[in-house]
Amino acid sequence: MMSDWEVVIGLEIHAQLATKSKIFSGAATAYGAAPNSQACLVDLAYPGVLPVLNAEAVRMAVKFGLSIGAVIAARSIFARKNYFYPDLPKGYQISQFEDPVVKRGSLSIVLDDGSVKTVGVTRAHLEEDAGKSLHEGLANASGIDLNRAGTPLLEIVSEPDMRSAKEAVAYMKKVHTLVRYLEICDGNMQEGSFRCDANVSVRPRGREKFGTRAEIKNLNSFRFVEKAIQYEVARQIELLESGGTVIQETRLYDSDKHETRSMRSKEEANDYRYFPDPDLLPLEIDAEFIEQVRATLPELPDEKASRFAAQFGLSAYDAGVLSASRELGAYFEAVVAAAGAAHAKLAANWVMGEMSSALNRDNLDITGSRVAPQALAGLLARIVDETISGKIAKDVFEAMWSDGSDADAIIAAKGLKQITDIGAIDAVIDTVMAANPKQLADYRAGKDKLFGFFVGQVMKATQGKANPAQLNELLKLKLGGGA
Amino acid sequence: MLHNLSIGELADLLAAKKISSVELTRHFLARIEAFNPELNALVTRTADLALDTAADADRRRAAGEAAPLLGIPLIHKDIFCTDGVRTSCGSRMLDNFIAPYDATVVERLKAVGAVMLGKANMDEFAMGSSNENSYYGPVKNPWDRSKVPGGSSGGSAAATAARLTPFATGTDTGGSIRQPAALTGITGIKPTYGRVSRYGMIAFASSLDQAGVLARSAADAAIVLQAMAGFDPKDSTSVDAPVPDYRAGLNLPLEGLKIGLLKEFFVGLEARNTALIEDALRVYRSLGAKTVDVSLPHLPLSVPTYYVVAPAECSSNLSRFDGVRFGYRCEQPKDLMDLYQRSRGEGFGAEVKRRIMTGTYVLSAGYFDAYYLKAQKVRQLITDEFRAAFGKVDLLLGPTTPTPAFGIGAKIDDPVTMYLNDIYTIGANLAGLPGLSMPCGFIDELPMGLQLIGPHFSEERILGAAHRFQQVTDWHRHCPRGYE
Repeated sequence: MMSDWEVVIGLEIHAQLATKSKIFSGAATAYGAAPNSQACLVDLAYPGVLPVLNAEAVRMAVKFGLSIGAVIAARSIFARKNYFYPDLPKGYQISQFEDPVVKRGSLSIVLDDGSVKTVGVTRAHLEEDAGKSLHEGLANASGIDLNRAGTPLLEIVSEPDMRSAKEAVAYMKKVHTLVRYLEICDGNMQEGSFRCDANVSVRPRGREKFGTRAEIKNLNSFRFVEKAIQYEVARQIELLESGGTVIQETRLYDSDKHETRSMRSKEEANDYRYFPDPDLLPLEIDAEFIEQVRATLPELPDEKASRFAAQFGLSAYDAGVLSASRELGAYFEAVVAAAGAAHAKLAANWVMGEMSSALNRDNLDITGSRVAPQALAGLLARIVDETISGKIAKDVFEAMWSDGSDADAIIAAKGLKQITDIGAIDAVIDTVMAANPKQLADYRAGKDKLFGFFVGQVMKATQGKANPAQLNELLKLKLGGGA
Repeated sequence: MLHNLSIGELADLLAAKKISSVELTRHFLARIEAFNPELNALVTRTADLALDTAADADRRRAAGEAAPLLGIPLIHKDIFCTDGVRTSCGSRMLDNFIAPYDATVVERLKAVGAVMLGKANMDEFAMGSSNENSYYGPVKNPWDRSKVPGGSSGGSAAATAARLTPFATGTDTGGSIRQPAALTGITGIKPTYGRVSRYGMIAFASSLDQAGVLARSAADAAIVLQAMAGFDPKDSTSVDAPVPDYRAGLNLPLEGLKIGLLKEFFVGLEARNTALIEDALRVYRSLGAKTVDVSLPHLPLSVPTYYVVAPAECSSNLSRFDGVRFGYRCEQPKDLMDLYQRSRGEGFGAEVKRRIMTGTYVLSAGYFDAYYLKAQKVRQLITDEFRAAFGKVDLLLGPTTPTPAFGIGAKIDDPVTMYLNDIYTIGANLAGLPGLSMPCGFIDELPMGLQLIGPHFSEERILGAAHRFQQVTDWHRHCPRGYE
């Protein structure tokens, strides 16, 4: 049974650092260029060339380290990981092995039950990416594109702290949010800028010793991470329960078939013959550099969420959603600034509600919003001063979204101003009651549910413009036979 | 004759317009034409390019430029990448490789107007002490063509000794400049690790490789090193320290100079070799220097240490030669593994393969600690012992090689004996120290070298001490018979 087993997951996330040039050469890192047009002699590993470390990549790694409260190593070492592969031009990858630049940090994630869990980050190290082998469209040959070779990566290795696929996804999302906040990675998972390997094992609940793990390689979407882990957990449990043993191996996730398949076992694993790269000096980072980087740190997601909750009285959930990206947080704050802090909750509801669905529908992110924060605040002001109802406001928002004009202009042009004149509402109610004698009789005979019917009729007659509160009050009185 | 003149003398003739660079270049090209067939010192001749460069140097001089190497010919060891000119590294693997760029050393010498005559033969990938490991065949020693010239910069040394060029560039990983300089009777300096850029110099063992000069005197070497030395942002291991004026330092007085005699260098040294060193010491004492006995107890471990560290690094450095992007590719590979195995199997020679295999072994899981890590620890001990010695003395003096040049073929089947040829030179590489070899006499009519080793960045001091010796002796003026 599933519940007899405890799942143990650790993730190795590869975040491509958003530097302009490569980690050890001056070639550009832009995605999508013609094959091999962004590979210089260093990337091609020509005889005699040497690597020179990109200082910007170091700055970004330190930024990440500081944001997770990690130790920034005063001295870290670049090592060579040796293996032969056509897309690895030097025959070795320059990475950090025993002495990474970032050590021992942590991140917190919010679980389904609302509780907060801390996930340890063992280390984060700098390394270069490999190129790509291309097999499609080539007869009897493989193509090699070295544009990606030498692209800087930050490999972020977690502790085996996660206990479900959901937790793993929450952690990965957290890291994703963080690297984008820090502007050190564009987070584009389709282009492979953010991907992960998942180490998955299971153990009988209550046992301390970890089970044998399988490593699932190259997962490049949150959904694949979840599906792959779920499949792998089920596979391991089934295997163990039928008397088998899990072997330590590397597995690939097939997203079409939703299954993981063995790539190579530990016995077949390469001996990478790591040793310090003699072409690069140890990376030394002093306190002054760390403080310089610290001064450039933005407000981090957790800090922003707590501030939103405290400053605007938002729920932890809302504060979390609104701080999920720097841009969204900035948009929300601009709306609040224009609408007034007293209406922050209303602003939050609108940003997470109408705005968010409009963005999703048009496949935009907040930076592509067709309604500026000031314009949205203008709409909220009309709700607050009861010029329009919340329901009408949704129509006004749609109009704003499609033609870009402001709320007041739309309200005026379409005559959507709410009817707050009691006499006018009273007259409409009289007409409706007169036109529906049967319903009136039934209502008065005890069919309370018909109240909604009458509200609907009045709203229909006023094109929804009747002030809902006034209407409710007056209607109740009149249906009951009062004035 | 022109070819017997020093770089300084040639520069004076050029400056006085008594000779043009084109004439000078023609003179050396003619000597190469005449003597290279018997010496096999050059693997590539660049006559047309040389004459163009020389003509350009003459124009530059006419326009008022006056660098000491402007219009002076040279030969580059074929380990330095030269834009548009084949760079073979003595290997079948790179027999077809035309570098698309200049090494920093090449670029710098080009910038000051030196004229490349061609590229020197060498042991394949600089692995060897006899120049017998070249795809292009062995280089002959001009003192006796049945003998080796030493290696790996054997072509550079033989060409300079035979006056086919005023000077040549070389590289020294375990003695590859100093040992051939000693065996061919010339002066060779390996600078401090990091003094000269390694960019564009095909790597053998990155933590030990250093470019330097083979010339006929310390004074000539000083002029050339001046042009080569200095920080290069393209080489992370190059050192950003000011370069002193080496020529000005040549006349530093030797009064009070403390010369250390390493006990370990003299244990078991052949009597005739010891006698040559003692003669040299008498010269130094007469110039005011004092001698002090010192000991580096771990120095005898330098050969085994080197033969772990250097192969380890080379096994990784040479992985890029895989038949995929440049260099040798086997015929009709049937799959990827076949491409790798046959391209490398056919492209590399025996010594290179031996070192790749040794290096792969010492880095392998389960052996790494016992070999690579242990070797690094010993390397550190040796470095520390050198540092301690330089607390007591200014320079260390000793032999460059145990014996004079040996016969071609004599040691080729016994790699360990061959490796022991570098017993006196390897220590400086392990510790990153500058070292110089200069002629100090003959054994069996073959030249012998005297080695000076100094603390980091003491090139000025070393060149000065060598120059003072050469002012009062004439060993460096001896020319092999037939090449006068």
